[in-house]
Amino acid sequence: MSKISYIQPDGNVLAIDAAPGTSVMHVALANDVLGIVAECGGNAMCATCHVYVDAGDLVQLPEMEGEEDAMLDCTASPREPNSRLSCQINVPAESAGITVRVPERQV
Amino acid sequence: MSEARTVLTGQDAVVIIGAGQAGFQAAASLRDEGFAGRITLIGDEPYLPYQRPPLSKTYLAGSLDEEGLTLRPASFFERNSIELLMGDSAVAIDRDKQEVKLASGRLVGYAHLILATGTRPRPLVAEGADLAGVHILRTKDDADALRPCLGEGSRVAVIGGGFIGMEFAAVAADAGHEVVVIEGLARIMARSVSPELSEYVTAAHRGRGTRMLLGSGVQRLTGDAGRVTGVVLADGETAAADVVLVGIGVLPNAELARDAGLEVANGIAVDGSLLTSDPRISAIGDCANYPSAHDGGRPTRLESVQNAVDHARHVAARLTGGSYAAYQKVPWFWTHQLGLNIQIAGIGSADDDCVLRKDPAGEKFSIYRFQSQRLVCVESVNQPGAHMLARRMLAGEVRPSPAQVADPGSDLKALLTPAV
Repeated sequence: MSKISYIQPDGNVLAIDAAPGTSVMHVALANDVLGIVAECGGNAMCATCHVYVDAGDLVQLPEMEGEEDAMLDCTASPREPNSRLSCQINVPAESAGITVRVPERQV
Repeated sequence: MSEARTVLTGQDAVVIIGAGQAGFQAAASLRDEGFAGRITLIGDEPYLPYQRPPLSKTYLAGSLDEEGLTLRPASFFERNSIELLMGDSAVAIDRDKQEVKLASGRLVGYAHLILATGTRPRPLVAEGADLAGVHILRTKDDADALRPCLGEGSRVAVIGGGFIGMEFAAVAADAGHEVVVIEGLARIMARSVSPELSEYVTAAHRGRGTRMLLGSGVQRLTGDAGRVTGVVLADGETAAADVVLVGIGVLPNAELARDAGLEVANGIAVDGSLLTSDPRISAIGDCANYPSAHDGGRPTRLESVQNAVDHARHVAARLTGGSYAAYQKVPWFWTHQLGLNIQIAGIGSADDDCVLRKDPAGEKFSIYRFQSQRLVCVESVNQPGAHMLARRMLAGEVRPSPAQVADPGSDLKALLTPAV
């Protein structure tokens, strides 16, 4: 198991054990993490599962696909260089974990 | 009337009938908007509210499990004090007493009632439609019944070339089954997409080995010992089948509203702010027939996640904020078939003028549909950037002309961001 840490805008942190390969969005929904809306259910269609990935963890993740890139132009909170859609990022195998910051707004 | 227009207070109760995407979202959005009163969500299926789109895609294919289908865990509803009455159904609305009667006999009072009753599959009226092996696909139970049939090499017949039928045909073909699609009209997905897109998707399915029988009616189904063996077509030919999926559209669940004396017409009739003919009752999602600004103000009933979610948010904002502004969101939907990501923004009509804009690199293109030179709909295949741009263009007044779309050198995005 790896740990996903979700940092809320108010600084609250929730760390959850997750199996490698599960999406960061899926783990958030299943554990009732605040601020991940995921309206389209993980299809990179709605940009409501936007997160900011900790800069140090960004390198562990595969490059984003065109779909995700296009959707990130439409997020409710500003897009940053470390913005990703949590439905498109999976918990990396052989990793201690990953830390993401939940944005102020998703819609 | 004026009394009903007041914003709800923490002393008021909201009852939501229907726990699909729209009903769930209405409950969640009411809490997001700060509503502190009682919320009761009634659903006739015995499960936590779940998503339907994966039922004909990843859930059916086995790559998404039951937990992944669920919209939120039980703790979400507890934390938000949303009372779930699952496995019970509303049988009557008493508008004078402002009370809903449930099948269990329970009575639930409301200050405001939200109808999110959805739709049900249109039944096939043909001899043999009740044979074992003949399926529909709307609920998790339907998908669970259908899924085991996809484990073995089967001959699959799909009656109806709409979104559900074509998504199921794609999953079945991917699983190695022999698939035939039988569509009564001359083209698939005819109600929702342009002839050009129908043709493209038909070719993709044919390329995967699926037999596409278009303009082909169904006479009856044949069976042996109570199990389906084939579909007899209008021309007398029989397509052999072990599994049949019937996907010939849906009927809105409007009977509850009709019996309560609410106005119904192709679903539950609502005004621009999604209120029914009773100001204490709203209707949202698949069951609501509303005047759409994106369809010339005509009564429009859409069956999509976006429609369900945005309707729900609109009503939650009205009930908590008191604004009776008209619902204006750009409709959009998607379908995944055979690796194609098809996204549609806006509402097209049969007589639209279509302009194709193709990315020279690979199978990526969009079809721009115009009504009297005005862009009304964009259908994108593997072009999410174009789809997102289309949603923004259709939400505003800046829309490209047919000539601008036809010019491969024009920068459509620049239209939205005026030069500084």
